[in-house]
Amino acid sequence: MSQPIVIGKRKSRFKELAQAAIPGGGNLDLCLTCSSCVNGCPASGISDMDPRKFLRMVLLGLDEEVLQTPWIWWCSMCQRCRRACPMGVDIGALVFMARQQWSRENTPKGIQKSCDLHLEFGNSTGIRREDWVSLCAELAEETRQQEEDWKDLPAPMDKKGAGYYLNQNAKEPTVEPEEMIPLWKILHEVGIDWTYSSEQWDAVNYCMFSGDDRDWEAVVRRQSEIVNDLGCKTLINTE
Amino acid sequence: MVDPSWNKEGIKVTCQDPCNLVRKGLGDSVADDLRFVIKHVAGEENFVDMWPNKSNNYCCGGGGGYLQSGFVEKRRAFGRIKFDQIQATGADIVVTPCHNCRSQITDIGQVYGGKYQTVHLWSLIVKAMVRKSTATPG
Ligand code: SF4
Ligand code: SF4
Repeated sequence: MSQPIVIGKRKSRFKELAQAAIPGGGNLDLCLTCSSCVNGCPASGISDMDPRKFLRMVLLGLDEEVLQTPWIWWCSMCQRCRRACPMGVDIGALVFMARQQWSRENTPKGIQKSCDLHLEFGNSTGIRREDWVSLCAELAEETRQQEEDWKDLPAPMDKKGAGYYLNQNAKEPTVEPEEMIPLWKILHEVGIDWTYSSEQWDAVNYCMFSGDDRDWEAVVRRQSEIVNDLGCKTLINTE
Repeated sequence: MVDPSWNKEGIKVTCQDPCNLVRKGLGDSVADDLRFVIKHVAGEENFVDMWPNKSNNYCCGGGGGYLQSGFVEKRRAFGRIKFDQIQATGADIVVTPCHNCRSQITDIGQVYGGKYQTVHLWSLIVKAMVRKSTATPG
């Protein structure tokens, strides 16, 4: 007669933690081990790990290994596995929960730094307020002078009561500022009354990926306060 | 108003469905909107879709903080599947509506020897845009 496999006395505290935190519990216990998630995941096989294996480790109570594998940073939390899963198991959320358990010191430096810069400067690349303001003003002025068709192109900053608030991935002013101009042109042509803000204008939020909910919230909260202060009705998130 | 006639040479265009916008965000309807716009600005016959796409699309590997995390080799290994998908379309241009996708797809193109270019959706729209004030009637 076959005997059940006994896995010692391990108990997954991490699993309980994740089930309590993920909306609906993440269906973790429903896994059929069908491997649909594995087949559809670009992170499968990276360093001999895949979504199903990660989940099985959690379910088996291998908390130590689960909370140590750097694979959680090689999964992009894209949620393709969840979409493929017949049982709706939420592995992306499980990965996020694991990220939350990593200390600030061990979180990949680049992610943590982008988040820290965002908290300090209001954007993830650490552009100073006056540089952002003058960059936009100069780009708009150059366009107005050099392009016959666009002599009337505005790039409004802190415009109270504008209908739309526009944010911008901070990589754009950093690496390809001229790429912002086409967006301004479209908004102007279709008659949208919009504005940037001189503070907290970044469209990205790396604090979402570092795993610290308080940082994440701080960034979102600050931007929404600014949108409200300006009296804008709609936020256009360009990222 | 947009006019796709700038694309005289029949430059082929495909698009990346950003995970956060489509699968994790507004779903297939926004992916359909994206295609509607691209077809109008680049010419319907010049659009080639990737497969799988929309909500079943593969992540490019730029998301979840990957670009900042420093795991360059892993990120590129992750992106291989996306690169192969793009190559299979034969497209000259990949529309990347998200800046993260754009950085990643540009990078894997350079690393794996792709010939395609990446553009923001808004840059492509402006190429085809005809201003009301300068439009010639008729
Ligand atoms: S797709 Fe779902 S049920 Fe199948 S192995 Fe993955 S988590 Fe388990
Ligand atoms: S969320 Fe992570 S595990 Fe799931 S498909 Fe995406 S990369 Fe793979």
